[in-house]
Amino acid sequence: MTAHVQRHSDFVIQNVSRRGLLKGALATGGIVLCAQIPLGRASVAAGAPKFGADGMPHGTVNNPLAFVSIAPDGTVTIVCHRSEMGQGVRTGMPMIVADELEADWSRVKVAQATGDEMKYGNQDTDGSRSTRHFTRPMRECGAAARMMLEAAAAKRLGVDITEVEARNHEVILKSSGKALGYGELAVEASAMPVPASDKLRLKDPSRFRYIGKGGIDIVDGFNITTGRAVYGQDVRVPGMKYAVIARPPVMGGKVVSFDAAETMKVPGVEKVVEIPAPPSPFVFLPMGGVAVVAKNTWAAIKGREALHITWDEGAHASYDSKAFRSALEETAGKPGEVFRQEGDLDGAMAKAAKKVEAQYYIPHLAHATMEPPSATVRITDGKVECWTSVQSPQAAHDLLVKALEATPENVTVNVMLLGGGFGRKSKPDYVVEAGLVSKAMGGTPVKVVWTREDDLRNGFYHTVSVERLEAGLDATGKAMAWRHNSVAPTIMSTFKPDPKHEANWEAGMGLVDMPFDIANLRIENGEAQSHTRIGWFRSVSNISHAFAIQAFAGELAAAAGKDQKDYILDLIGPARILDVRAAAKDFWDYGENPDTYPIDTGRLRKLVELLAEKGEWGRKLPKGHGLGIAVHRSFVTYVAAIVEAAVDEKGNLTVPRVDVAIDCGPVVNPDRIRSQLEGACIMGLGVALKNEISFKGGKVQQANFDEYDMVRINEAPGETRVHIMPHEFNMPIGGVGEPGVPPIAPALINAIFAATGKRIRSLPVGNQLRA
Amino acid sequence: MFTLRVNGETHSFDGDPSMPLLWYLRDELGLTGTKFGCGIAACGACTIHLEGDAVRACQTTVGDAAGKSVTTIEGLDPEGKHPVQRAWRAVNVPQCGYCQAGQIMQAVALLKQSPKPSDADIDEAMSGNICRCGTYQRIRVAIKQAAGA
Repeated sequence: MTAHVQRHSDFVIQNVSRRGLLKGALATGGIVLCAQIPLGRASVAAGAPKFGADGMPHGTVNNPLAFVSIAPDGTVTIVCHRSEMGQGVRTGMPMIVADELEADWSRVKVAQATGDEMKYGNQDTDGSRSTRHFTRPMRECGAAARMMLEAAAAKRLGVDITEVEARNHEVILKSSGKALGYGELAVEASAMPVPASDKLRLKDPSRFRYIGKGGIDIVDGFNITTGRAVYGQDVRVPGMKYAVIARPPVMGGKVVSFDAAETMKVPGVEKVVEIPAPPSPFVFLPMGGVAVVAKNTWAAIKGREALHITWDEGAHASYDSKAFRSALEETAGKPGEVFRQEGDLDGAMAKAAKKVEAQYYIPHLAHATMEPPSATVRITDGKVECWTSVQSPQAAHDLLVKALEATPENVTVNVMLLGGGFGRKSKPDYVVEAGLVSKAMGGTPVKVVWTREDDLRNGFYHTVSVERLEAGLDATGKAMAWRHNSVAPTIMSTFKPDPKHEANWEAGMGLVDMPFDIANLRIENGEAQSHTRIGWFRSVSNISHAFAIQAFAGELAAAAGKDQKDYILDLIGPARILDVRAAAKDFWDYGENPDTYPIDTGRLRKLVELLAEKGEWGRKLPKGHGLGIAVHRSFVTYVAAIVEAAVDEKGNLTVPRVDVAIDCGPVVNPDRIRSQLEGACIMGLGVALKNEISFKGGKVQQANFDEYDMVRINEAPGETRVHIMPHEFNMPIGGVGEPGVPPIAPALINAIFAATGKRIRSLPVGNQLRA
Repeated sequence: MFTLRVNGETHSFDGDPSMPLLWYLRDELGLTGTKFGCGIAACGACTIHLEGDAVRACQTTVGDAAGKSVTTIEGLDPEGKHPVQRAWRAVNVPQCGYCQAGQIMQAVALLKQSPKPSDADIDEAMSGNICRCGTYQRIRVAIKQAAGA
């Protein structure tokens, strides 16, 4: 999930309100314009490659005037500028600020930022980046606010700043213990200069109050459990109309003609609006179609059912995923473009005592967020206001500016809670739809509602892939040669005309960074074209790459007659820093500097060892049960999983227990790490067992949850145990939201083999065990 | 024209009685705690109580509720103190939270029928409610906690 769409300049101009610290960071008025080079940015020489947050549009901002406000009663309001979609960011980010601020968490409120990267820094909530990129700036932000409070207290007391110390929502005069509350210092503190980034005094991690401690409830828990939480679908604006849209059933299709006579007879329907088809490449633009605007959602849905539309289905009407699979398989059998090469593969293969080959298939997947996409837009006197659940509020803003020919300062994107994101809501096509329909309605507020059918049929799907692996083993069973040919349409097809190969940032997701210690290897990528919209799906290319590689590792262990866990440790080899930059061109390390976030096989090994111990690898199991293991580094984090599968004589599968271990470096909010891994386990099982989007005649064949079902509670593991590798707070932080998914499917498939002797190479498992 | 009670308040309705209760609650009454997830009773996000029984609001028409009493998440306990709501927060069940109103309404109905549900009871009663974030393990724990186990 990298930044393909570069925006604006890298120079950060901040609209900050000096009164903000007092009146609330979201208050308007009293705006002063100041320029600031964010910390870290200044040290990057011009032209040097930018890594981490510096490589993202608008980088980071650490200015407390943008993020923190303190009311006279002492209530501290902290702005969360990243989108909440279940990962816990509205708890985690403010927690970090509050910790450095020495704020009492019970007196902290959280406010959600609008889409405004000039003010807040990058807001693209994807790529498992929020905690990784913003822990440092948020600590600085809290520390700066704390120092401003201390400076205000020192000034009022007429003492040197070293005489006072902020502690738990008060500044204390060390000599007497006299305490001044944050509320009574707020006005004076807001007049203090913001300390320069290099003058900030960050806490010693031993003094953290919240970071890494746990025991903090999610901030939206009360609203969620009482029905008060407002998601994009729940937005209500006075005078609002509701719209649903009939979109082209085939990507790139167009409306030839339509008849809305029956639609207009449906009570409650008010207007029908044609949305133009976009030029190719489609990027995040709406696919066009016909919108039905009504006084409620039901009338709009009924009105849409009554539409008669003649479509020109366009160039992709022959897309058939079954035939496409055969084509991918054929390509996988031929040499592909070499992405990484080491040693002499062909020579080593010729000398191998044993050869193993396998081909894996992973179908298209849909995000199927519980909340289908939705956006509401109102246009008044040239001012565009949008309320939506979106992972990329700045992109939504910029697309609205363009689509509605508005000026940037006249467009506001309010970020609501997201009922799931998983990458779908990084692509704000639905926001543009709402803008276009509102404009056609003269600016009337319009909520565009996607139904589940819309969501499954008009998504940005996970790619489809065939992964072909071949290995040569020596007489002892050790792997001497490894060939992997990955064939999958690229996400870049959404952004540019007809690319044929995986981008470096797709290949970097588990393909070329394959960590095994094998002397002779060749990693290839065959050509593939895309015939539908392909997009990021949680964990992205790691899903297919890790599935194939880790399932194949299980096959090699069996071929060598060795224990899976021992064999995977043999494959990983000795603890070392693996630098693939010489052997893999344009190596992409999740946008990070590979020197800061190297591929550390020592961490992989230790994690497998921790997991094997905690997960009781080798434990005695009942008949029909088996254990499988997989380990994968993604989003600069290491995750390993042991799955226990149980298959009865009829082929019914259950998963009694899963153990997951994560090494994501230092931990900010352990409870949300656990919840992310528990959830990733369910999503991974869905990928393994049930989920498949297929195409015929260019159209998606699944419409709703009856045809694209999710893992349900009765199919969930009997028990999921999460094990977190402990670290001091002295090393780079890794991602958490995505890396939990990739190891689950291969660990399950390896477990099924252990339980039954059957090798599943094509996902989903579906009824293959019943055959 | 007929009346129905929603969260204790009487409403009169003179529209099309075949309108799904879901859209009446959300769009007409502004009770958006009841969520739209699928529209075909396959996900449980719109679970409400009709005369105390858990039903899917997307497959219940306003006419079905004529003269009857409807409870939504907003009316379960306006202060959020129902034991199920408390347990949900104590365990930090929600991730995105979108499905949780439906999960809670389903769990409340389960506990009314089986005050001390077994693991199998829970899995059976809750299997119509999808959570895409995968919070099932915590849902099980929270239900047991609410049951006082």
